[in-house]
Amino acid sequence: MARSMCWHCQSEMAGEYFCERCVKVQPVSKDLDYFTCMGFPRRLTIDPRQLETKFYELSRAFHPDFYQNKSAEEQTISLGNSAMLNTAYRTLRDPIQRAEYLLDLEAGAVKDIRTSPPADLFEEILELQDTLDEYRAADRDSGAAATLCAKLQSERTTLERRQQDMEASLQQLFTQWDALQDRGEATDRARAERDRILKHMRDILSNRTYVKNIVNDLVATIS
Amino acid sequence: MARIVGIDLGTTNSLVAYMDKGAPRVIAGRNERNMVPSVVAMTDNGLIVGDPAKEHLTRNPARTVYSVKRFMGKGLADVQAELAYFPYTLTEQGGVIRFKLGEKTYSPPQISAMILKELKLRAETHLGESITKAVITVPAYFNDSQRQATKDAGIIAGLEVLRIINEPTAASLAYGLQQKTQGTIAVYDLGGGTFDISILKLKNGIFEVLATNGDTHLGGDDFDRLIADLFLEEIRERHGLDLQAYPDHMQAVRLEAERTKIRLSDVLKTTATLDLPDGKGRFTRELTRDQLESLTMGLIERTLAPCRKALKDAELTPGHIDEVVLVGGSTRMPLVRQRVQELFGKTPHCELNPDEVVALGAAVQADILSGGTTDMLLLDVTPLSLGIETMGGVMSSVIRRNTTIPAGAKEMFTTYVDGQTGVDIHILQGERELAKDNRSLARFRLKVPPLPAGVPRIEVTFLIDANGILNVLAKDMRMGQSQSIEVKPSYGLSDDEVEQMIEDSFKFAANDVSARKLIEARLDAGAMITATEKSLLEGSHLIASDNIAATRTALAALSVAKDGTDPRAIRARMAGLEQAAQSLTVALLNDSLTKGLQGKKVSEVT
Repeated sequence: MARSMCWHCQSEMAGEYFCERCVKVQPVSKDLDYFTCMGFPRRLTIDPRQLETKFYELSRAFHPDFYQNKSAEEQTISLGNSAMLNTAYRTLRDPIQRAEYLLDLEAGAVKDIRTSPPADLFEEILELQDTLDEYRAADRDSGAAATLCAKLQSERTTLERRQQDMEASLQQLFTQWDALQDRGEATDRARAERDRILKHMRDILSNRTYVKNIVNDLVATIS
Repeated sequence: MARIVGIDLGTTNSLVAYMDKGAPRVIAGRNERNMVPSVVAMTDNGLIVGDPAKEHLTRNPARTVYSVKRFMGKGLADVQAELAYFPYTLTEQGGVIRFKLGEKTYSPPQISAMILKELKLRAETHLGESITKAVITVPAYFNDSQRQATKDAGIIAGLEVLRIINEPTAASLAYGLQQKTQGTIAVYDLGGGTFDISILKLKNGIFEVLATNGDTHLGGDDFDRLIADLFLEEIRERHGLDLQAYPDHMQAVRLEAERTKIRLSDVLKTTATLDLPDGKGRFTRELTRDQLESLTMGLIERTLAPCRKALKDAELTPGHIDEVVLVGGSTRMPLVRQRVQELFGKTPHCELNPDEVVALGAAVQADILSGGTTDMLLLDVTPLSLGIETMGGVMSSVIRRNTTIPAGAKEMFTTYVDGQTGVDIHILQGERELAKDNRSLARFRLKVPPLPAGVPRIEVTFLIDANGILNVLAKDMRMGQSQSIEVKPSYGLSDDEVEQMIEDSFKFAANDVSARKLIEARLDAGAMITATEKSLLEGSHLIASDNIAATRTALAALSVAKDGTDPRAIRARMAGLEQAAQSLTVALLNDSLTKGLQGKKVSEVT
């Protein structure tokens, strides 16, 4: 899995992370994705306890603590593998990061934060930003500020509900994605379905980032 | 594999421990004390460390360094606010603080190295073997420069520092080993100079740190300072004296403040006493625990905000915490315990001695590294976000705080101008938005072949190792060549300087050894003189008068030798006295046996 030949004894590699002949640890290939590294299929629903168990198991295999008596090469590999494992675990543990990572693997990066508000929220958000500016400029103890603050609070509730809706839709898409993958069809219809799910996920994820940033901004301003 | 010891290099006290048949054990010194005060004094006979150095705090304050840990990895500007509290002269060279002790200057790692050497010697004496490898603990909230400075101290002391481990997590190892706990625990560590909070999940031998937070400038020292300030103020009012002008008395005030605070953990009321200079008599002040608590409440409250932040970062509420563990001498204060208990809603654990638990944990980690303990594994985190300065002086985060270490991240760099041959990179650590508000770790320049703007592609890998220390690698993606980078630390010693300090430490080692021998001989001689005088008082009537005279002569000879500078002469006189006083010793022993046996039944004697 790691690569085809052991760096140390040059024998053919059959084992996953350790050479079966000389028992040396092997560097995790840079091309290996986090799902494969952790031994999970590319699905969006992952049992956190199973993931944690695997993380602990691989930590015991790779952690530098256990390579103190080994050669410099093995220590370097242990360090690199541990760092990779920690990133993999952190990414897969969080459902949103997991989905963003999967999109990245399947269809290229999604991470760019939108610079314009999502179309269906356009008006609402522009107005909210005006209110925010007004509130920032207002005297905190004035009656006007109190009115603005109340308005912002209600906006916050709306946006947070919006966030929850987005997360619910995402959850549905995750389920659809997993079901599609489980069927493993190679038809045109399946391919179209795949593209539809990915595109829909991408839209929601980028809108979600936008809304999340606005909410953070809002919370920071009124608290 | 050679033995690895665990060292707690504390602000106030330091300890060394090792794994003794599956259980960690602190090594006591010749004076049977487990703790070495983290104090280094420059005397006319050379440098001394620990308990004897502590005596110089009031005798020679300008040349006695304490709380050196507060200066590790710092520049002079970082400590400006508290300079007035310290009696020694500080300067700065190459971004690193230096202590001026007599003619020479010493960096904080050099001073710390002296404490480490003392601990090393202690371990070597006890174990009867040479010790060259150690695990050293640091506050979890220490930044990269402070960790690197600690590692440098180890190297200068002749120790290979196999691991820098966080104090609260070390403590959790000691507790975990003892109690085989499972679940979520909070470790609240309030030491002499630093505060840490760490939240961990313990499961099947894995100690996973979920979040950590703290304040590297908050500890027992600060409590003492508040009490000392109160005393100073009242001395000014009552006696019209400003002790600021008397550095030796300032130290006496600080030490009495510390003792008063310690006593108030056990009693509700105590009296502090200080001798005043210039025949102004004595200052006495009664202090109640209530008064101490209202004085220090603000500081204790300051520890609670990091606790809440750590909980938030771990995505937990106090209700999720199964156990709370207290570490550090300052957690003996009843109000600290009370506030921690209120915050977490749990009675905190303090079964293990809070002064020793960190050293014990370091010994456990040392045992893990040497392959002894294999069922436990610590997965720690980096306490602060790591980032780089981007256009407009903003910090762009590369590795977020509370990321499990080892942690790596890659960033791609390119050029903005045609033919540009270098890209400057400024590495930062901290949580603030603007680069200038964060800690500058290092600056370096990536070399780039002259090409049109945007064409070069340099991949920089940031790797935080298991010590929490940053390593940087750069690779030219077009050429596929790796580039080794000279990273100039913003607040640290360069490799050359460390090299020089190692050399210096060897050069002065011979001096140090003879100075140490003299000090030890004097201490032993002093103890022997006291004991013999006491024996003479108690047993003169038991022996012949010429025996008494011979003993007195030998005693006088030892007193003279003790004031000299030759340790061998002292040892010889000690042997002489031992021989001369032999009949006295035997007579006293017989006498006490006879007395002890009187009035006892035969069955009790056999």
